[in-house]
Amino acid sequence: MPSAVEFAGVTKRYGRSVVLDGISAALPAGEIIGLLGHNGAGKTTLIKLALGLVTASEGKVSVLGSAPVGAGARRLRARIGYLPENVAFYGNFTGREVIAYFAHLKRAPEREAVALLDRVGLSDAAARPVRTYSKGMRQRLGLAQALLGAPDLFFLDEPTTGLDPLATQQFFDLIGELRAQGRTVVISSHLLAELEPHLDRALIVRQGQMVAQGTVADMHAAAGLPDTILARFTDDGDAALKAPWLAALALPLKHRGNGVLEIEVPAARKMVVMRRLIETGSLCDISLREPTLARLYAALGDGAKERAV
Amino acid sequence: MMANILTVARRELRDDLRNHWALAITGVFAALALAIAYFGAATAGHVGFTSFAATIASLVTLAAFVIPLIALLVAYDAIVGERDAGTLTLLLSYPLSRLELVAGKFLGHSVLLAVATLLGFGLALGVIEMAVPETRTLAALRNIGTFMISAALLGASFVALACLISAAAKEKARAAGLALLAWLALVILFDLVLLAALVLSGGSATEQALYPWLLLLNPIDVFRLINLTGLGAHGSSAFFMAMTGAHAYSPAVLYGALLAWTAVPLLAAAALFARTEM
Repeated sequence: MPSAVEFAGVTKRYGRSVVLDGISAALPAGEIIGLLGHNGAGKTTLIKLALGLVTASEGKVSVLGSAPVGAGARRLRARIGYLPENVAFYGNFTGREVIAYFAHLKRAPEREAVALLDRVGLSDAAARPVRTYSKGMRQRLGLAQALLGAPDLFFLDEPTTGLDPLATQQFFDLIGELRAQGRTVVISSHLLAELEPHLDRALIVRQGQMVAQGTVADMHAAAGLPDTILARFTDDGDAALKAPWLAALALPLKHRGNGVLEIEVPAARKMVVMRRLIETGSLCDISLREPTLARLYAALGDGAKERAV
Repeated sequence: MMANILTVARRELRDDLRNHWALAITGVFAALALAIAYFGAATAGHVGFTSFAATIASLVTLAAFVIPLIALLVAYDAIVGERDAGTLTLLLSYPLSRLELVAGKFLGHSVLLAVATLLGFGLALGVIEMAVPETRTLAALRNIGTFMISAALLGASFVALACLISAAAKEKARAAGLALLAWLALVILFDLVLLAALVLSGGSATEQALYPWLLLLNPIDVFRLINLTGLGAHGSSAFFMAMTGAHAYSPAVLYGALLAWTAVPLLAAAALFARTEM
């Protein structure tokens, strides 16, 4: 699959401060990619490099096959949608005027701009000055402007900040639609739990270094974290706890009350363990949890050296 | 390129209109112009509209103080204001070059100032024309035209300077301070320094030849020269008498100097802004 964005040995310094240190990554086209990391990890700087708002101190950046600065930058920017973190607009202008302004700059038809206001649920507020908008409404207006001109590539920096749960769900539905249309969406966020179900791939940045990149499934495998089995028994788990095979495996387990045992098990052995638990005869419910992205993030971040998975 | 400049300029102009800048500036220009024309000769013991040359000279003095101040006030936050508000990063992610953004801001604010100048001073001059019959001559109308055009150009040159300050400053407060310093330096200190240098040097022949050209380094002096020489009244100012002596400037040189005072800061602002990382 061709890359929508490529970073090759990219370092960014501000004076003596190294914000990004030798980042190399290829972001495949047509995927939803999470750019994950703490505040100040370097996520926004990576996006600004891709947008040509800052230039790399070392290394090379390529976006949709072009350099983001220089002669082809104007054409490239017409193909990119960007939602900055804490997006701000001109408070004296109405939502309709703001979107029309950005539509002119992107050579997008004004009727498209109006339709986008409707798409993000701002039609009723379109005639109101933006200064009267809530944070969530400004965020939705930001999303509408990012969609102007039907870009091939999106950079969305903390896009769900200020959105209520319904608007957040609508946002992810929209992202899913963009993915289905073959567009690439790069989402920078530290809200890992919210993002996890929607990602094809993730890049984890910590203190300016790439600590992991790959598909979420591959990251699970590479991190080697155990899965968690939650098993409920009619006998409070007595039969299972007395079973010699469980003692022999020496798996970490907790008694959660209400007859529920929580057992951490290596991914490779989960099927064997679950079968044995069923064989106890007292099992009435069982479920399996894979490590969350947050746990993966914590585990992969330790040591701060890249694991390409 | 031009489409982007016009888009930005229209937004700036609309913002200025919505903030009531246009109305306020026009009102200030008209009120001050009428007041200074009417009370300008109060120290000589009489009030009312007097000779046309004296009225224009008073208006030139007023415009030389007020137009630079208002131009700096309107445009000092052109770039740094967008940065402070958080809108600059988004704007620059669009197919919009930094030169286009600076040029659009400049154009929007310059048009506002030019329209306010024409309306404000035009209103005052209209009243004066009705009160002073001698203004109803072709020569007087030409002088009024010269005053209007040069006042608009003076405004544009200070809007360009404000854009440069705005591109250079890291914060809005610092830009405001720099704008005030620029006004002080060009409106007050520049002439004082030149005059002091003239007095202290004793006025050798080389210096006598140099001083008339030094006046071109200040757009306000250029504006005064355009209007006072046009009136044949630059002898009315002791400062210009001392500085220029019998030197005669061609209109092309004076207007060229004002245009250069617009183009150079504007290009410098664009160049400086192009090197700034977001």
